[in-house]
Amino acid sequence: MTEEVLLSVKGLKRYFDVGRGEKLKAVDGINFDIKRGETFGLVGESGCGKSTAGRTILGLYNKTDGEVLYDGQSVHEMTGKERHAFLKKMQMIFQDPYASLNPRSTVFDIIAEPMQIHGMYETKEEMRTHVNELLEDVGLNRDHANRYPHEFSGGQRQRIGIARSLALDPEFIIADEPISALDVSVQAQVVKLLQRLQREKGLTYLFIAHDLSMVKYISDRIGVMYLGHMVELTTSAQLYDKPLHPYTQALLSAIPIPDPDIEESRERILLEGELPSPINPPSGCVFRTRCPYAMGVCAELKPAWLEKDDGHFVACHLNDVQVMSRSDAIPVHAKSS
Amino acid sequence: MILTKQQVLNTNKAIVTEKVLTVEDLHVSFTTFGGEVQALRGVTFDLYKGETLAIVGESGCGKSVTANTIMGLIPQPPGKIKNGKVLFKEKNLVKMSKSRLRKVQGVDISMIFQDPMTALNPTLQIGEQLTEGLRTHQKLSKAAAYTKAIEMLNMVGIPNPKERMKQYPHQFSGGMRQRIVIAIALICEPELLIADEPTTALDVTIQAQILELFIEIQKKMGVSIILITHDLGVVAKIADRIAVMYAGKIIETGDKREIFYTPQHPYTKGLLNSVPRLDLLEEELQPIEGTPPDLFSPPKGCPFTDRCPFAMEVCGEVYPESTERSKTHVVDCWLQDERSKLFS
Repeated sequence: MTEEVLLSVKGLKRYFDVGRGEKLKAVDGINFDIKRGETFGLVGESGCGKSTAGRTILGLYNKTDGEVLYDGQSVHEMTGKERHAFLKKMQMIFQDPYASLNPRSTVFDIIAEPMQIHGMYETKEEMRTHVNELLEDVGLNRDHANRYPHEFSGGQRQRIGIARSLALDPEFIIADEPISALDVSVQAQVVKLLQRLQREKGLTYLFIAHDLSMVKYISDRIGVMYLGHMVELTTSAQLYDKPLHPYTQALLSAIPIPDPDIEESRERILLEGELPSPINPPSGCVFRTRCPYAMGVCAELKPAWLEKDDGHFVACHLNDVQVMSRSDAIPVHAKSS
Repeated sequence: MILTKQQVLNTNKAIVTEKVLTVEDLHVSFTTFGGEVQALRGVTFDLYKGETLAIVGESGCGKSVTANTIMGLIPQPPGKIKNGKVLFKEKNLVKMSKSRLRKVQGVDISMIFQDPMTALNPTLQIGEQLTEGLRTHQKLSKAAAYTKAIEMLNMVGIPNPKERMKQYPHQFSGGMRQRIVIAIALICEPELLIADEPTTALDVTIQAQILELFIEIQKKMGVSIILITHDLGVVAKIADRIAVMYAGKIIETGDKREIFYTPQHPYTKGLLNSVPRLDLLEEELQPIEGTPPDLFSPPKGCPFTDRCPFAMEVCGEVYPESTERSKTHVVDCWLQDERSKLFS
């Protein structure tokens, strides 16, 4: 990992029109940088906007506002040839290995298609050699090239998906829940494979997932999202040791640990209620409706994106000295109970 | 290790109380185009009153087939219960007539499924779905069933139950739907509750709420629970005993702590090592290489042989005998045999 910023996301917003003039605010202003060679984990529960963020970064969705810079170039302003060339550098691995592979294509065709589109090889022989190399890279063998996806198990299919994403020799891979459809023992196999490929090929990953234990294992830094907003961003070690945002704290405490003694003695922060609608998000801080420490000010003022420690960002008034000195910075739960 | 009072209670609970369910040498197969899939190949276990038994294993290991067989939900054909008994209150459910089985299903035994959306009827108000069981099985009057349903909704933590009774499943969130499914399953006060991956479709913060609900309900109603899951974290939280399944067989059973702290079967060890832990900083994930065997033609010996780092010649030939490590801890593995070199 270097300090060179490869991808920079600035104030990115993506709204969806849901009719009657209403907007679903799937991603509502997120900021982060990804450094060359690192694995950046993006976590949150369903509906938090993490997948939309991933797809908007790749340009599969148009942005509503903000900017995504890849190597200093704006992803959404590229046209024609520029974009064609850019897509060679950035690829995606999808969640469902059953739905993301064409059932009528052989494994060879699936992996070779991106190469044909980009005209990477003159002869079919060269292409076949490269496909075989890729199959071996992901732990399959060349005999698998002439088979169809249904002949493979879930873990093997995900390996095919990974081989396809590597076909163009990309620099940057967005992996959207690449392991959540797989069995536990197979998840570990695929994660190990992704890590080996990263070392060998110098890849940069944006790893999107809801399983915080696996994300913590694979990522260098992690961003936590809630209802379209990024609430906290730091290194994986910091995030577990010293979570600052009440949502991160609750999320970490909700994940059961496979160890009975720890599990039975652990104090748990139970969140009340459920995710509010992203069409009508709460005013001020979006988490305030479920936050155990919500204050009067939380409904009034949107929390700023503050750098607390070196590289540890959080959006919560509890960490903002200026806001905490206001007169309405008192817990609302004390009043209501 | 000094046990706390609660831990002693937990460990003893399984030994002192009575049996609710006994499953003996259950064999279940399915006929398909490709041949016969031997989904269960001799499953045996007991369930005691008031305990939670977790059945863990990967997809295709037969854990859901076990649950569905107990519940009488195996379609025949293509399924066939080739051998074995399911004894519930001394009656064999496998041999029971359909009409008599109906008096057990939903009354004494009920089930919670993974996906709360498909488990509920989208065209019926939830009040109707809640009271249906009471009206058919317990012949309660409409008013009495209504009161009971409101009580149940309160218990599973649904606010404004009176208004909610008139609503349809799509008007509830995923977590709320699963609470309703739990309320329906418990409304006839069953002795046995089978929960097949009850929290897999839910987000972690909602999962935490539902797991707390399970613990609370078991305290209040004393129901025995069979929990089917692949999430070892969930198991660590709510199970008393654990049965580990692999390729249609239970390969190890034990008290929760025996399985987590002194696992004996290489598959159980592999499973525990392949899950990342949130509380450990530097750890090495050790995936189990390979894939489970094909159940069209299961191996004659131990099904884990091909993936097992300690496999011996005998493993591929003969299925290992059960070894009792303690009253509760039983494992099927040749490494437990004193003739094996690695015997300890």
